[in-house]
Amino acid sequence: MAGQDRTGRFWRSDAASGLILVSPTALYAILLLAVPVAMVLAISFWTQNYLEIDRTFTLKNYAEALSEPLYRQLMLRSLTISGAVTLTTVVLAFPIAYFVSFHVSPSRKSLWIFLITIPFWTSYLIRVFLWKVILGFNGVLNTSLQGLGFIDEPLTFILYNANAVVITLAHAYAPFAILPIFVALEKIDRSLLEASQDLGENRVTTFLRVTLPLAMPGVVAAVLIVFIPTIGDYVTPRLVGGPNGLMIANMIQTQFLKLNNAPLGAALAVIAMVMVSTIALIFVGLNRRYLRGPK
Amino acid sequence: MTRPLIELRDVHKYYGDYHALRGITAQIGQGEFFSLLGPSGCGKTTLLRTIAGFEGISSGAVLLDGQDMDRVPANKRPTNMVFQSYAIFPHLSVAENVGFGLRKRGDLNAQAKRTLVEDALDMVGLGGYGKRAAHALSGGQRQRVALARALILKPKVLLLDEPLSALDRKMREQMQVELIKLQRHVGITFILVTHDQEEALVMSDRIAVMFEGEIAQLDDPEVIYKRPASRKVADFIGIMNFLPAQVLEESGAGVTVDIAGLGRAVLDAGQITRGSGNGAEAGLRPETMTLLYEGQSAQGEVVEGRIEEVVYYGDMTYYFVALPGIDTPVQLSMRNLFGRDVLAVGDTARVVWNPGSVMLFR
Repeated sequence: MAGQDRTGRFWRSDAASGLILVSPTALYAILLLAVPVAMVLAISFWTQNYLEIDRTFTLKNYAEALSEPLYRQLMLRSLTISGAVTLTTVVLAFPIAYFVSFHVSPSRKSLWIFLITIPFWTSYLIRVFLWKVILGFNGVLNTSLQGLGFIDEPLTFILYNANAVVITLAHAYAPFAILPIFVALEKIDRSLLEASQDLGENRVTTFLRVTLPLAMPGVVAAVLIVFIPTIGDYVTPRLVGGPNGLMIANMIQTQFLKLNNAPLGAALAVIAMVMVSTIALIFVGLNRRYLRGPK
Repeated sequence: MTRPLIELRDVHKYYGDYHALRGITAQIGQGEFFSLLGPSGCGKTTLLRTIAGFEGISSGAVLLDGQDMDRVPANKRPTNMVFQSYAIFPHLSVAENVGFGLRKRGDLNAQAKRTLVEDALDMVGLGGYGKRAAHALSGGQRQRVALARALILKPKVLLLDEPLSALDRKMREQMQVELIKLQRHVGITFILVTHDQEEALVMSDRIAVMFEGEIAQLDDPEVIYKRPASRKVADFIGIMNFLPAQVLEESGAGVTVDIAGLGRAVLDAGQITRGSGNGAEAGLRPETMTLLYEGQSAQGEVVEGRIEEVVYYGDMTYYFVALPGIDTPVQLSMRNLFGRDVLAVGDTARVVWNPGSVMLFR
C-alpha cells in the first residue's frame, strides 16, 4: 500500500507534470537529433566496401579528411564564408534592431517586427532562386545599373561565387539576427542611458559604454544563430555559389550520395560539427562577462 | 536664502497640447536643500528634468550659476541626478558604477580615480563594496551607489527624483537623516522631488508645493505647515479638519466667526487666508485639539462630542470625534503619555480647541 501511495504521489507532483510536459519534445529530439548524430559518429569509424559497410573500427576516414588538401580548403572556405555571412548579417541587423527598439513608437513596434518576418513568407528555396534572378549576368541588378549608365558591362563578381553565397545567406538570416538583438535592446532600462548622459557621456560614448555592452547577449545569440547553421548550408552554395563557392556541406552530400562513401562523408560531418562547436564555445567564453545576468 | 544658484524664469513646458509647466519662477540658493512637492502629475519631475537637461523648455529660462542653460545638453551641465529607479549599470561593478563619470577626467591617473571612488563609497557607507556586482545589491545599497556616483563628480546641484520611494519605511527614515547629513557635509545644493509631504517637511530648507504645473507656495517647511497659502496646500500638507464657518463681524483687528461644531471665535488678520472660493471654512490641525481628561482644567474652549473611531499608532492615538452640528467627525491626535488611558468608541469626549490655532479660508 505504501508503495502505491508513493507512486500516486509522484504522478501528482510538479516533477511528474514537468516530465510529462517535456517528454514528447524530448523523445522527438532524441529520435531525430541524438540518434542520427550517434549514427553519423558510428559510420565515421567504419569503411565502405563498394556495396557493403565494413564495421571494424578505423580512423582512416579522419586521416583522409584531415590530410587531403581539397577537404581542408573546403572547410576553411566554409568557415570564411560563414564568418563573412555572420559579420555582414549582425552588423546590418544591429542598426535595424536599434531603430525599431529606440525610434519606433511602442504601439508600432510589433508591426515593424511583423514586417521584418516577411521574407519568411516564401520558401527558402524560392528566395535563393530570386537572388539568382537579381544577381545574374542579365539579372535585375546588372540591367538596372547598365540602364542607369553606372556600368558598361554586367558585373560578374556577384553571382556564382562566394560573394553571392554571402549576399544570399545574409538576407536569409537577417530576421534571426534582428530579433535577438531587438529583444536585448528592449530590455535596456532607458534611464540607464539618461544616467550615462547625466554623468557626462554624449550619445556616441553612451552607446559604446552602456547600450552596446547591454545588447551583447543579443549580439552573441545572433552570431551563434547565424554562424552555426550557415556553416552547414548546402542549398545556397549549390545554387548561387558556382564552383568556387561550394562549401563543406556540398562535399559531405557528394560523399554520401554520389561517391558512395558514407564513412568519409560522416567523418567530414563530425569534423565540421566539432569545429563549429569549438568556435561557438570559444566565442561564448570570450563574451562571458556580458552574459552573466542578474540572478 | 543664500546666493541664488538656480534661477527659473517663467518656465513653460508643453507636451503637444498638454501644458505641463505653467510659468514656474523660483530661485534656489547655493547649498540649499530644496524640495519640489506635489501629487503625481503636478509637473515636479518634469521641472527636475528640465533642470537636468533631459527635457527642453517651451519658453522661459533656466539659469544655473548665472548661465543660461538653453541648448546646453545634460552631459555638459554641472548637475547630477539620482534616478527614481537608481539606474545602476547592471553590467558594471559597484566601483565601475561609481567611477563611471570620471572617464573624462584626464587630470587624474588610475590610482587617483580609485582613491576617489573609495572615498565616495566610504562617504555613503559602502566602503569595501567596490568589487561587488551591481545587481547583487539591495535597494538601499543601490540608492547609496547612485548617490556616490553622482556626488563623486562634485556637481553644483544634485537632483534627486523620488529617491526614497522604493525603500521600506524604516530604511526611508534612516536615509532621510543620512541625506540631510550628507548634504550638510558636501555643501552642494540638493533638489528633491517627492510626493511625500512628511519627507519634504523633514528634509528641506525650503519647499515648493506644486499643483497642475504651477507653484502654489514656496516657503520654508514650518511656514508651509502653519500658514498654508491656500486651502489646497493646507489639504495636501499634513492632516487638516475643515469645518464650515460663518463670518459674523469684520473689523480692523480681525473677524468674528461662528465655526460649525465648535462655536464662536475671534481671529486676527494673520489667521486668514483669502481666495479659497467656496465660502468660509475653518481649518484645524489634529494636534491643535486635545481631549480633556477627568480632573484636568481646560486650556481653551471646550465642546462635547462622541468618539466615533479610534486609530492606535503606539506613540499616538487618533480620535475621530462627532461634534453636534457637523456631519464629518473631527480628527484629533493625542500622545499616549504614561498613565493615560486610550478612550474607546462610543465614549463621550470633551474636545479642547484654541481659537489662536484656527486658520480661516475664505
